[in-house]
Amino acid sequence: MNFDFSDDQKQLRDEARKYLAEKCPPKAVRTVLDGKEAYDRELWKGLAEMGFLGVAIPEKFGGAGAGHLELCVVAEEMGRALAPVPFSSTVYLAAEAVLLAGSESQQQKWLPLIASGGAIGTLALFEGNGNPSPQAIKLSASGGSLNGVKKPVPDGAIADFAIVAARTGSSGRETDVSLFLVDMKADGVEAKTLTNVDPSRGQAELTFKNCKAEPLGPANEGWSILSQVLDRAAVLMAFEQVGGADRALEMGRDYALDRIAFGRPIGSFQAVKHMLADMYVSATLARSNCYYGAWALSTNASELPEAAASARISATQAFQHCAKNNIQVHGGMGFTWEFDCHMYYRRANATALTLGSLSYWEDALIDRMRKRNAA
Amino acid sequence: MNFDDTPQEAAFRSEARAWIAANAPKQYEEDLRKSSLGRTQLKGANILEVAKAWQKKKADAGWACLHWPKEYGGRGATPIERVIWQQEEGAFGKLSGMFIIGHGMCGPTMMAFAGEDQKRKYLPPLASGEKIWCQLFSEPAGGSDVAGLRTRAEKKGDDWIINGQKIWTSGAHYSDYGILLTRTDPNVAKHKGLTMFFLDMKSPGVEIKPIKQANGQSDFNEVYFTDVRIPDAQRLGEVNDGWNVSLTTLMNERMSIGAGVATGFPELFEFCSNLMLEDGPAIDDRGVRSKLANWAVKASGLKYTSMRAISALSKGERPGPENSIGKLVAGSMVQDVAAYALDLQGAAGVLSGPEDAEAAGKFQAMLLRAPGTRVEGGTDEIMRNIIAERVLGLPGDIRVDKDVPFNRIPTKGRE
Repeated sequence: MNFDFSDDQKQLRDEARKYLAEKCPPKAVRTVLDGKEAYDRELWKGLAEMGFLGVAIPEKFGGAGAGHLELCVVAEEMGRALAPVPFSSTVYLAAEAVLLAGSESQQQKWLPLIASGGAIGTLALFEGNGNPSPQAIKLSASGGSLNGVKKPVPDGAIADFAIVAARTGSSGRETDVSLFLVDMKADGVEAKTLTNVDPSRGQAELTFKNCKAEPLGPANEGWSILSQVLDRAAVLMAFEQVGGADRALEMGRDYALDRIAFGRPIGSFQAVKHMLADMYVSATLARSNCYYGAWALSTNASELPEAAASARISATQAFQHCAKNNIQVHGGMGFTWEFDCHMYYRRANATALTLGSLSYWEDALIDRMRKRNAA
Repeated sequence: MNFDDTPQEAAFRSEARAWIAANAPKQYEEDLRKSSLGRTQLKGANILEVAKAWQKKKADAGWACLHWPKEYGGRGATPIERVIWQQEEGAFGKLSGMFIIGHGMCGPTMMAFAGEDQKRKYLPPLASGEKIWCQLFSEPAGGSDVAGLRTRAEKKGDDWIINGQKIWTSGAHYSDYGILLTRTDPNVAKHKGLTMFFLDMKSPGVEIKPIKQANGQSDFNEVYFTDVRIPDAQRLGEVNDGWNVSLTTLMNERMSIGAGVATGFPELFEFCSNLMLEDGPAIDDRGVRSKLANWAVKASGLKYTSMRAISALSKGERPGPENSIGKLVAGSMVQDVAAYALDLQGAAGVLSGPEDAEAAGKFQAMLLRAPGTRVEGGTDEIMRNIIAERVLGLPGDIRVDKDVPFNRIPTKGRE
């Protein structure tokens, strides 16, 4: 047993941290947050050049072919830096879906484009309120044409292609769902940017009107593929969340050491110390759950569904907890636009919802634990 | 990152598994499996005797105190082998409860500070469970503030004369030996005048009185010392350096308590899987699921945190203060879990008799025992201070008594 990342993987993490510290300071995040840019194009190009976009994409498709443990350490750094780029939608969702279910020609077309920074991808799953479920998918597909509306779609307005979940049956079962791949330059699809709680990452509404689409994976197996994609993305997103949680904790700690009130650093008051200690505890529990998820993801273990749900819940809680209390430690300054605390608070609450909310994953975790216990 | 056994680890595991299958006291396995915090009992047997017999059997075959050196009764095993053993020992590991303090704290302290002859004499019977040890630190006036203790040790010839009182001493009533922290110089600051000893608990002048706890049981004791004589040869560390010696003990306490802390989660999950509510099985209820999921990720987070610590340990890193997490999280969790299990039972949750209560009253017993887990071995608040100060690097509290001679520190009745 060795429950830790290897020295090479830790070196990759250091490299990514150093790169992002230089190329993605809070100022860069603010450029997108303030609406001056839809995403940080320079950074996206740089991430491609560094090989970070294709870390887990096989070499034959233009990636580094390193693997998912390597992708986990990069994801953590993206979260730490609040990178204002479509990394999670392109790499965790679109690339994973194409890797899992794409045809040879789809893989040959899109994966090299992703790795080189030439294509942004996303997953169009949700249709308004609610969590992932086969019944909630109303957008219809017939004769290879899609009709319906998807929202919110992460990075939907800047995407070059989208994986779209559509209804292809009416049995009321999971097999009613199929996946399609849509080139966003195609006729019959329109994207509209939507305002959201974390403007450093875009959300969009996609409207499909007789939009021609090619199938991704076998017909009627869309839900099963989606479930796998969501589990894989949950682990990767959890690493982003843990990266964000750690940074929020550090910001709180540093401020508590620096800020003097009542003649002493506020970090010497137990009320503040204990709040920070609890933040450390939740970040640590989340990190440990994430490591288990990373192991399950990288080995395609049968434990992955349960491990992914645990990592997702734990990391969501930790990021929300740390981001929220980081503001509290900062007091009034934490509630200003000028201080960076709100950027973590926004990201924490947005990432908490983007793959389905806590209640969805809580439900999934208990289902999966029961299945294991019954087995 | 992997969970696979190396060929050596696999060989160790199969050897351990085979030996346990052939030797463990199988007749008690079911009772042990059902035991939980606040209730460990064996039908028709004295648990102390069963535990001692199992420990002795393990020691004779080389399966006791695995990580200790062989010459002191251990096996010289690696940290990972120790984990493998715990996994294989399963429910029988619950029989180790009364040895935890001796093996986890007194043993390591003796190993670090006793003479070679003493180690060879005292450690093997400690490992084999033939002799049980306790730890005499806390006092009525010094709980979280251990260094505020007042039990005096005064030098007389080659001996020390001990007078005072200890409290919260787990297992003193069945212990053969103890390690004892005393005050040897009240004229210097409180941390600077302490000295550590070990002693025979049957020494004249030692009087043990069980404490009846809030849950009605008696795991702890008061221990009174009246002119108890301890030879200077039984001093551990230098005179007045007892605080540093005790840090070794407490560091090991965190490792051993943090490792296998009860969260109550497996019990609650099983309970909810079987309990029927008005609308069906409790585990199908959305609210129940949400609660369970939140505790599930705490329990798994603790488990994997301890695996990360073991991986670090096996690479030669020292156990750090971050291990305080285990006790901090599990302590309040087991209390919340128990209260929730009672809540699910509705009005009948008030019943605690094994015949009347759901799950044979296990959660009622857990609820009543749980407040102690948040206090013993360092309160939740002390754990948070440790994390804040030693992990996060925040300033220590302002300590008004730090540089004051001990006998000038204000106390109740001494302004």
